[in-house]
Amino acid sequence: MRAPQQRRIIFKHIDEPGYTNDLACYVRHGGYEMLKKAVGMQPAAIIDEVKKSGLRGRGGAGFPCGVKWGLVDRKSGKPIYLVVNADESEPGTFKDRYIMHQDPHQLIEGIMITCWANNVKQAYIYIRGEMPHGARILEKAIAEARAANFCGPNILGTAYGCEIYVHRGAGAYICGEETGLIESLEGKRAYPRIKPPYFPAVLGLYQCPTIVNNVETLCHVKHIVDMGGDAFSRIGTPNNTGTRILCVSGHVQKPGYFEYEVGKITLGELLNEVCGGPLPGRTFKAVIPGGSSAKILRFGETFTLKNKDGSTRTLAVEDIPMDFDTLAACGTMGGSGGVIVMDDSVNIVEALGNINAFYAHESCGQCTPCREGSLWMKKITARMVHATPRAEDGVLLKSVADQIAGRTICAFGEACSWPTQSYVAKFPEEFRAYPEAKKGKTHVSALPLV
Amino acid sequence: MNLKPETLRRIDEVITHYPVKRSAALPLLHLVQEDVGFISKEAIEWIAQKLELEPINIYELVTFYPMFRQQPIGRRHIKVCRTLSCALMGGYKTCEAFEKEFNTRRGEVSPDGEVTIEFVECLASCGTAPVVMVDDELHEKVDVAKAKQISEQIKREKAERPNG
Ligand SMILES: Cc1cc2nc3c(=O)[nH]c(=O)nc-3n(C[C@H](O)[C@H](O)[C@H](O)COP(=O)(O)O)c2cc1C
Ligand code: SF4
Ligand code: FES
Repeated sequence: MRAPQQRRIIFKHIDEPGYTNDLACYVRHGGYEMLKKAVGMQPAAIIDEVKKSGLRGRGGAGFPCGVKWGLVDRKSGKPIYLVVNADESEPGTFKDRYIMHQDPHQLIEGIMITCWANNVKQAYIYIRGEMPHGARILEKAIAEARAANFCGPNILGTAYGCEIYVHRGAGAYICGEETGLIESLEGKRAYPRIKPPYFPAVLGLYQCPTIVNNVETLCHVKHIVDMGGDAFSRIGTPNNTGTRILCVSGHVQKPGYFEYEVGKITLGELLNEVCGGPLPGRTFKAVIPGGSSAKILRFGETFTLKNKDGSTRTLAVEDIPMDFDTLAACGTMGGSGGVIVMDDSVNIVEALGNINAFYAHESCGQCTPCREGSLWMKKITARMVHATPRAEDGVLLKSVADQIAGRTICAFGEACSWPTQSYVAKFPEEFRAYPEAKKGKTHVSALPLV
Repeated sequence: MNLKPETLRRIDEVITHYPVKRSAALPLLHLVQEDVGFISKEAIEWIAQKLELEPINIYELVTFYPMFRQQPIGRRHIKVCRTLSCALMGGYKTCEAFEKEFNTRRGEVSPDGEVTIEFVECLASCGTAPVVMVDDELHEKVDVAKAKQISEQIKREKAERPNG
């Protein structure tokens, strides 16, 4: 078996020796040519190309980008805003950081094309508070772009103007959720809004129509203008077009970030060939394929999927192609592209304890099931690890998780239930055996995780 | 409030970035905290007045967003990521190493006032775990040995500083 070649489009220059994040270097590499091309096109034509491209959002939900832009209320007469989701706080995900640090102008060009296409006059980049360095790089890049007339008033000599501002968050994961982000940008607590009626496309920032897109998604827009929607849609696999950046972390020899055509590489190829396989003397135990909220996969389990013609096929974890649809059919998700790998040195109860501590800390607290449930799940797993575990704790955990998902304002409710539901369902024996396994030890895992 | 002229200048500038003043609340909190070290009651009232809001509108942000603090911390801020990828690669051991080096526990100010060590959630650099931020600077692959190196560097910088 040979893993396919990477196809670096967005990450083309990332880590390239001599490539810097300043404007001169970007322009030397053909930068802002696509913005020039875009302002020569009708905005509606650009939106059409993005629709044709089939580009799906890279922030987590995988919603088609062109469809999202098509939903924007253009009749209200109110200004339309673009908010760039640079919050990157889903554990396991670290792609946007590299784009912003090493190739900020690629993002700015994607933003400006998107703004032109959607008649946006003001865009905000909402960046994680923990990335002060990234915020400074973006601010410098915006100033450079403005001086060169790529953003600000009268872009490239046209009558059109658009400002971009960088806005720093302050350490709350829920600011990644698009309506929580909007509230935060308005200077409030990041309490997600109820949809409907608060679909950003209609009632977003300052109650105006708003587009919220992930950093990686917006970079793709530039390449769609470059190659055309049809050509873009032929990259990847049907309904899962383009390339996507996969971030691998945890127990592999060579963790890192890789860009592949969507669905062209399997999980097994990614982990065994690209990432060098398990650490010496270890075997893979479990993998989370799309950020910490994605349901876990257990090595050794198989999935029976229906083909289009009605026949079925059986896939092992290693055979799963990394595309949105197959991962969903296997009961998990492509999410944000963050792949976290665990080997046999890990006890699953303790891994869940770590994840549950995260979600309990990050619940915004608006909905009772989420606020109380995430805290309760954390307390149970923490008690199992640090005090007296009980064999029936797994069942109790799952019953709590089942009461959260589907009963909350935002998808954080699902995000915090899925780990518990899937860890307990896939590793029931480990939850039952935990009290015995733990006897006399502080931790069962080789390293403390909670 | 006794803010540096540069801070005041940046505050006035950042307010112009938004059609609604309230949006500048987080940027103002960052600027004030960077200048003064923490967000005092006085700072809350000052920012509220600056943005034509009630103090509670600012206070509710200080209590919601983990990066804002109401008490001073050590001169240097060591944030160790505790989330899964980092924990799998030994993040808890890294944190303990820092605690030992500075004879302190996470969340507290070290006896010499030099550092505050904290666990934080995923710092979006999971591929180079375990990850640590010292003030504004990210350090990657911080195992116990590297934690000791970083600690020694911090101690050296302390020794070289006039007045300790
Ligand atoms: C709890 C939660 C956290 C999220 N965190 C992020 C994030 O850090 N970055 C991001 O781009 N999207 C995040 N999302 C997804 C956003 O809500 C939104 O779908 C996305 O920014 C849309 O952009 P896209 O269509 O380009 O993917 C999160 C969603 C939820 C429910
Ligand atoms: S589901 Fe959780 S995070 Fe989302 S709004 Fe409700 S309490 Fe807040
Ligand atoms: S888990 Fe530590 S940086 Fe993401």
